[in-house]
Amino acid sequence: MKNKNVKVENFVSKKGNKRRQFLKMSGLAIAGSGLILSCSDDDDFTEPAPEPDPDTFDLGGGDLGVLNYAYALEQLEADFYTKVVNGSYWSGAAMEEKQILEDLYNHEVNHREFFKAALNANFDAEVVLPESLEFDFSSVDFSDRDSVLETAQLLEDTGVKAYNGAGKIIETAAYLVIAGKIVSVEARHAAAIRSIRGNDMNDFKLFAGDDIVDEATGLDGAEDPSVIINAAGGFIVTPFTANELP
Amino acid sequence: MNLIKFLDEFTTESLNKKGASRRDAFNTLSSLGKKAAIAAVPFGMAAGANKAKAATMYQENDVVGALQLALTLEYLEAEFYMKALDSGVLGNSPRAEAIYQQISKHEDAHVALLQGALGSNSVDSPEFDFTVQGTFDPFMEDANTTQETAYAQLLALAQAFEDTGVRAYKGQAGNVMTDAGVLTTALQIHSVEARHTSEIRRLRGLDGWITLAERGMGMPEATQPVYNGEDNLMQGGVDVSTLGNGEPFTAEASSQAYDEILTGDEATTIASLFIVE
Repeated sequence: MKNKNVKVENFVSKKGNKRRQFLKMSGLAIAGSGLILSCSDDDDFTEPAPEPDPDTFDLGGGDLGVLNYAYALEQLEADFYTKVVNGSYWSGAAMEEKQILEDLYNHEVNHREFFKAALNANFDAEVVLPESLEFDFSSVDFSDRDSVLETAQLLEDTGVKAYNGAGKIIETAAYLVIAGKIVSVEARHAAAIRSIRGNDMNDFKLFAGDDIVDEATGLDGAEDPSVIINAAGGFIVTPFTANELP
Repeated sequence: MNLIKFLDEFTTESLNKKGASRRDAFNTLSSLGKKAAIAAVPFGMAAGANKAKAATMYQENDVVGALQLALTLEYLEAEFYMKALDSGVLGNSPRAEAIYQQISKHEDAHVALLQGALGSNSVDSPEFDFTVQGTFDPFMEDANTTQETAYAQLLALAQAFEDTGVRAYKGQAGNVMTDAGVLTTALQIHSVEARHTSEIRRLRGLDGWITLAERGMGMPEATQPVYNGEDNLMQGGVDVSTLGNGEPFTAEASSQAYDEILTGDEATTIASLFIVE
């Protein structure tokens, strides 16, 4: 897991430095507001926490926050696969890989549209995350098989960790079940992409490799939104905050 | 760290507090669709009802009952993969053998994790019959069974067990949501089961995901209950094949994008096929 993370960090930071810096700042804002809550009488701060920016969209808390968060992640994945199926690697790919990536495109666009519909059916428009977040995939070479598959694996593994970590924040059982219906499909995706890459290198265990599933416990990852948003920051252009999520 | 946190959740007090959770889960179900009508979602274990063979073992406490069901399914998987690896049936396929080794390692770990979590509420492993009274011979125990036949059955059973596991864990989510630590751990097992099934399915030449309610090429008809209901397109009251502004999604792609639950009773009934009384 360590190795994979290091690789991913390098990979993301290659061309996305600006984005990373932005997201690091928003990560700082999250940590800062936590400090205010826990020690508001303490005036030993060396750096004051930044004021919340009224122009920056905040995902909100509870079910709303988790749904907005999932909507952001599904927008990210859908945008990625849209670029994949419009790229030259995909158009010339072997039949099996082409079909898998087209399936993933369809699934992720469907997830994105589901969250859009669910949010708009249940919440006022002004608290729903905007539908056209902007992403920066300039670090990905859509004509290059390795670049596309490596990024797909990163996004799917991240999606699994994100849903696994967000489950505990969900308040309504029906939303939890739907998140469960989606996360297992993300895990199926992650395993399929890993399987393709693993077969390339004769690593037949990569679908659920020791780098992603803990050997001792047999558990997949689970991360809080702040960790995920920070990790995906290299791809995210449109600023948003998650001040009410852990 | 996960394990310790997990075990901490299992103090007597925390378990005794869960009594009302199923009713709460049912109540909150109705709050999903403010505008959209809610789809009828079968949900959780119907405690005490429909006593399938193994069901009597489980306590009615939601969290404990859910984990006891999970442990039983993990026993089934762990023993299956151990016997599969011992059988020699996989010997001709280094890829299959490596896949089974990796899955076996995880299922053993899940058994240990759940036993530790349940402590004195742990259930014993049932006695399993993976031949289903001689219907299958996945471990090539009969001299008349060819390696090819045993191999095909070994893979088909693995697919059925893993797809059942994914659906069964998902079906228990509402029963354990009152306990954040248990819920997170259950989700972390659930997604590993999904990774497993994706790979087993691909090893069998199928997609990693389930299309409509198709059990897939070469799967025995007896496994159809594992796939019934997977063709559901209504998510949170919305027909997901109608979403978006672009070309409509096919029913196939829309069903693939969402896995469905099995209730505790449904999962128990499937597992009971392989349990000797």
